[in-house]
Amino acid sequence: MNTPAAPIASSSAAPAPKSDRSLIHWLLVAVAVLFSAVFLVLPLLNVFAQALAAGFGPYCHALADPDTISAIRLTLIIAAICVPLNAVFGVAASWAIAKFDFRGKPFLLSLMDLPFSISPVVAGLLFVLLFGVNGLLGRWLEVHHVKVLFALPGMVLATIFVTFPYVARELIPIMRAQGREQEEAALTLGASGWQTFWHVTLPSVKWGLFYGIVLCNARAMGEFGAVSVVSGHIAGQTDTLPLRVEKLYNEFDPVAPFAVATLLALLAVATMLLKALLEWKTRHET
Amino acid sequence: MTRSRAAAVKSFAPANPLPGFNITLGFTIVYLTLIVLIPIGALAIKTLGLSWKELWALATNDRALASYRLSLGASLAAALINALFGSLLAWVLVRHPFPGRRLLDGLIDFPFALPTAVAGLTLASLFSAHGWLGQYLTPLGIQGAFSRLGVVIALTFVGLPFSVRTIQPEIETLDPDIQEAAMCLGAGPWRRFVSVTAPALLPTVLTGFGLSFARALGEYGSIVFISGNLPFKTEIAPTLVVMRLDQFDYTGAISVALVLMIFSFALLLTLNTLQGWAAKFQEP
Amino acid sequence: MSIELKNVSKHFGRVSAVENINLTVPEGELIALLGPSGSGKTTVLRLIAGLETPESGGIFVRGAQVNNLPVQKRNIGFVFQSYALFKHMTVQDNIAFGLKIKKWPAQRIQARVQDLTALLDLHGLLDRYPHQLSGGQRQRVAIGRALAPGPDVLLLDEPFAAVDAQIRQELRQWLVRVHRELKLTVLFVTHDQEEAMEVASRIVIFSKGRVEQIGSPQEVYEKPSNEFVARFVGVMNVLELEVRDGFARRQELEFPAHGLADGQKLRIGFRPYAVQVSPDGSAYRYRAVLRRTYFLGVMLRLEMELPSGLILRSRMSKEDYARLGLADGRPVSFQIRSYRILSKEDEPLGAEVATAYEVPPHLGEGI
Repeated sequence: MNTPAAPIASSSAAPAPKSDRSLIHWLLVAVAVLFSAVFLVLPLLNVFAQALAAGFGPYCHALADPDTISAIRLTLIIAAICVPLNAVFGVAASWAIAKFDFRGKPFLLSLMDLPFSISPVVAGLLFVLLFGVNGLLGRWLEVHHVKVLFALPGMVLATIFVTFPYVARELIPIMRAQGREQEEAALTLGASGWQTFWHVTLPSVKWGLFYGIVLCNARAMGEFGAVSVVSGHIAGQTDTLPLRVEKLYNEFDPVAPFAVATLLALLAVATMLLKALLEWKTRHET
Repeated sequence: MTRSRAAAVKSFAPANPLPGFNITLGFTIVYLTLIVLIPIGALAIKTLGLSWKELWALATNDRALASYRLSLGASLAAALINALFGSLLAWVLVRHPFPGRRLLDGLIDFPFALPTAVAGLTLASLFSAHGWLGQYLTPLGIQGAFSRLGVVIALTFVGLPFSVRTIQPEIETLDPDIQEAAMCLGAGPWRRFVSVTAPALLPTVLTGFGLSFARALGEYGSIVFISGNLPFKTEIAPTLVVMRLDQFDYTGAISVALVLMIFSFALLLTLNTLQGWAAKFQEP
Repeated sequence: MSIELKNVSKHFGRVSAVENINLTVPEGELIALLGPSGSGKTTVLRLIAGLETPESGGIFVRGAQVNNLPVQKRNIGFVFQSYALFKHMTVQDNIAFGLKIKKWPAQRIQARVQDLTALLDLHGLLDRYPHQLSGGQRQRVAIGRALAPGPDVLLLDEPFAAVDAQIRQELRQWLVRVHRELKLTVLFVTHDQEEAMEVASRIVIFSKGRVEQIGSPQEVYEKPSNEFVARFVGVMNVLELEVRDGFARRQELEFPAHGLADGQKLRIGFRPYAVQVSPDGSAYRYRAVLRRTYFLGVMLRLEMELPSGLILRSRMSKEDYARLGLADGRPVSFQIRSYRILSKEDEPLGAEVATAYEVPPHLGEGI
């Protein structure tokens, strides 16, 4: 499935000719703006509005809750493990896929599209079937006292599963578009494989790599379904930030879930800003 | 290396002076095997060990059927809305510049970047009886939260960028020559739109539709917050999977998961076929 | 550095790119690999560079086989058709790249960059990025980058294809100058036979993955080894003749039958300079009307139409043209002085093509 690679679609096409600046134009714009306001702007603002509805005090109090702090820490740890691993994978996979021809490439690409075609809940289920008490490795894990599910390792694995394609999908089109010639030139100048990659390939894809990592991170920190299935929801131990939001929500606290949600919303805003920065950079560097 | 083995290697990967092929491909395959193939294998192995009768029964009991109806129905509705408004948004963004267009363009990615839990939370709050929108809509009988409508709203939200970002590049690369040719032949703006632009964009709109449909089918996080998860009423298929897992009903969970996967792959296949069909009309 | 290819073949999938290539390049020569697209010339260049590996045959440098020597160790300079400059590095860093790989000390690198800047006139460009350069500038940087590590041989793949005509002229002169001053062996690929003729001391002509002829520009022009070369290099008037009544004819044109019987076919070719034209209708045997005159600088190309509709090309200096009072639309008479046989009965000829036959006087004179 060709899901868009969190595309960097910059609207740089020429505007419609002057004759279209009519009633139709403003009508369409109005509808678009209205739709976006309801569906995009309001939800964003609402998070902050609800979080601060009772004032700054309860907001800070909610964030200082020890279980919330552990949720923040857990989310950061998971991201710190998953994102670098997936970044390395992304770089390796895109090098192999973009610069070489080999049989079985379509199969590999379909495999890498898998997290987009299955529900995160199903992804979590896969790991339960593998590591759960009645899972394939369940008995072995019990005997060796290794905890995968309801503990960090399981959550890390589930997160890796749903986020591993992001970096590769950003890099592959860029590397493909650049072809092999610069690398071949480096080889003729005596560079080894590693030197070629480090000095020639990497700098030319750095913004794509950066954005891929940003996306992978946003997704890793925000993952809910897969992690929810494997985590066991043990407060203070296996709740990530999204899971914490759910827990607080189920406790009917009017402010706390929104307070925690603001952290994630800020993450989303930061991600979007970084994307805009990247678009600006790539536009200026061509 | 014997000639046949060398030939086999050559036919797998033609010689390329660039180094690093073996190590990167090797790493990629190992990583994918560990992360993807083994878990999928676990599903396959577990499924094979189950009785087909039981699987079928659990996959088709009333609660499951209700959840499929809701999942498919709501995803379809959301995808249709996204096809319509997504096309509109994409069109406006490309062809009708206005102050703040850049900002709007950036906002389109918001549902993509936002964790689904937060999306569900804020949408539920917006449409609840005291929410900014709910306070006006609820008296009118429009129940946006804890209802099927809520499910549709949330699925529309998460699927929107998939629709817009698929259609947008196509509009940007629409061949202006074709429009001008139509103009020279005397077609007015409406006629041009209906006869020239819309057919050219149809395949892409369908693709965007398919992508947001696929996205919606698998969505879970936001629905948890907005739907209330009432079985037979507002429970989608992924929620049912989780419910059954919580009760250690592995078989039940697997059965629904398999149905979900079948839906997804059928959709994937249709999408690819569609893209293949549309590609025939593209320039060679 | 002398290069030799012995029976080299290479396929891409099922398509044969080059077959049984035998080629010797003596040290210090400036050689053009010439041929139409897909004729295999770029493949040969890349084989020499090590960017492709041959399936059979040997590639030798200074007598030693290098088939298995990786690209990095071959010490060749390669200039790509699209320049392949490192986009994110300045001109200075591009040129210095190979030297940094060799771990030269900074001072030595600086000196070398200065030398090349002077040689290729890159003054003031060192701090620019490739996207800030013009096509001609980029090409010179690409040459400089390839030359910096001091390779023994310089390979260029259609180096001037992507550049404006005027810049192309300048770049050709750069190339000749570089070759002369650095005394390198230089091979360049081109599909432009004018370029090959102008720049190279020897030309290797390719067609469909095989070498058709190797020779100096004069040799390939005046003594083509087969029909392909004869028609590919320079302008050639080609006539399909059929033998009737003991002579090979095409409408009003008449040639000896060369041993063929009535009804058999003969294909001949003759260069524009072999066609003599006069405004005097009775000077030569055949009649035509001058249709178009092309200004080629010193010479003019004349295109004339025969009563039968056939178009032939001739050549004349500007002075003669003026002196004879010729102009478009004027009726002229002409004769064909010499010609070659390209094929008999559709069988292309080989070395026989090199033979130029003089037209017997009785077939050429005017009335």
